[in-house]
Amino acid sequence: MPISVRIPTPLRKFTAGAESVSASGATVGALVEDVESRHPGLKERICDDAGKVRRFVNVYVNGEDIRFLGSLDTPVKDGDEISIVPAIAGGTRA
Amino acid sequence: MSSGASTPSVLDLVGNTPLVRIRALARDLPDAVRVYAKLEGFNPGGSVKDRPALNMVRDGLAKGLLRPGKTILDSTSGNTGIALAMIGAALGYPVELVMPDNVSIERKKIIQAYGAKIIFSSGLEGSDGAIRLCREVLKNDPDKYFKPDQYFNEANPQAHELTTGPEIWRQTDGAVTHFVTGLGTGGTIMGTGRALKKFNPAIQIIGVEPDDAFHGLEGLKHMASSIVPGIFHEEELDEKLPIGTEEAYEMVYKLGTDEGLVVGQSSGANLVGALQIAHRIERGTIVTIFCDFGVRYLSTNLWASR
Repeated sequence: MPISVRIPTPLRKFTAGAESVSASGATVGALVEDVESRHPGLKERICDDAGKVRRFVNVYVNGEDIRFLGSLDTPVKDGDEISIVPAIAGGTRA
Repeated sequence: MSSGASTPSVLDLVGNTPLVRIRALARDLPDAVRVYAKLEGFNPGGSVKDRPALNMVRDGLAKGLLRPGKTILDSTSGNTGIALAMIGAALGYPVELVMPDNVSIERKKIIQAYGAKIIFSSGLEGSDGAIRLCREVLKNDPDKYFKPDQYFNEANPQAHELTTGPEIWRQTDGAVTHFVTGLGTGGTIMGTGRALKKFNPAIQIIGVEPDDAFHGLEGLKHMASSIVPGIFHEEELDEKLPIGTEEAYEMVYKLGTDEGLVVGQSSGANLVGALQIAHRIERGTIVTIFCDFGVRYLSTNLWASR
């Protein structure tokens, strides 16, 4: 089963309007690279020049913020759901 | 604001906020270029949004749209919700607010402390998702609600035309040459701009907006990719400045350490814009808005990853 990556509205211009895209990879970082290969432009919105997740971007694996897991090294497996959420209007999902 | 020993209501404390000179972060500017920030965090609800929220509610009461038995409903990414919750509590009206589910925990708690109810929309959809869900809630029970609708209500910019603009004119003794502020609903820039242009048509009105549709500048809108608010008329601006989220965040950190002002991210973006203008001119008085203080963002990305 592929891994589903949910795309926020402001980034859907890169996915032809799709709300979620399928991707494969063993970590969140690998997923981002895989998504970038098919939807160029997404990675630089999510990561800064040093390759780290931008401060205002939250990435969740099954609802958990990867900052509290292993950041981009967080392992993922088939069936996981990844969400990319801009920190506009706050940041935490508490 | 009352200067006497007591004040009849918390609502009488809205407006008349202080204007403070930015010094340390403006020290490389010529002496004839001055930058000031209006500290809207001094409003009783803690943000600039007290002004439009109060004017919209008063307008609704005057027109009979809000009357006993009605509930105040609106979509908001935060500060307008807090303002409406405060005003509803002070006037005895129930308040329901639609907001993205990723709003900060402080906001949820403050709004609940005022006794208001929160309806969550998807954080993936941003503030436009909250606008759409709010429309549905209203459609399902139209008679129950009074919806101030800050994006389409002329009482929003009018609040700034009647208060913010004249205050800035007075506080600068008519010396203001540029007004720089962020675009959210557009209420602040439209109303303040109209008032200032009436005092002196040469005053430049400059909008600050996120440089990309995907950004972290709470309260600000990237107009090209957003539902454009009905009250926003871009032709009334003299200029628009695109500002990056990260440079705005860096400015917020510097404002804390160098000026003693811990503010929110939109204030950081506004000052980035104001300083860009300041570096272009040889003399002038630039006024910007610090929309709120930073306390309500301590759990957000702005500070959480510091």
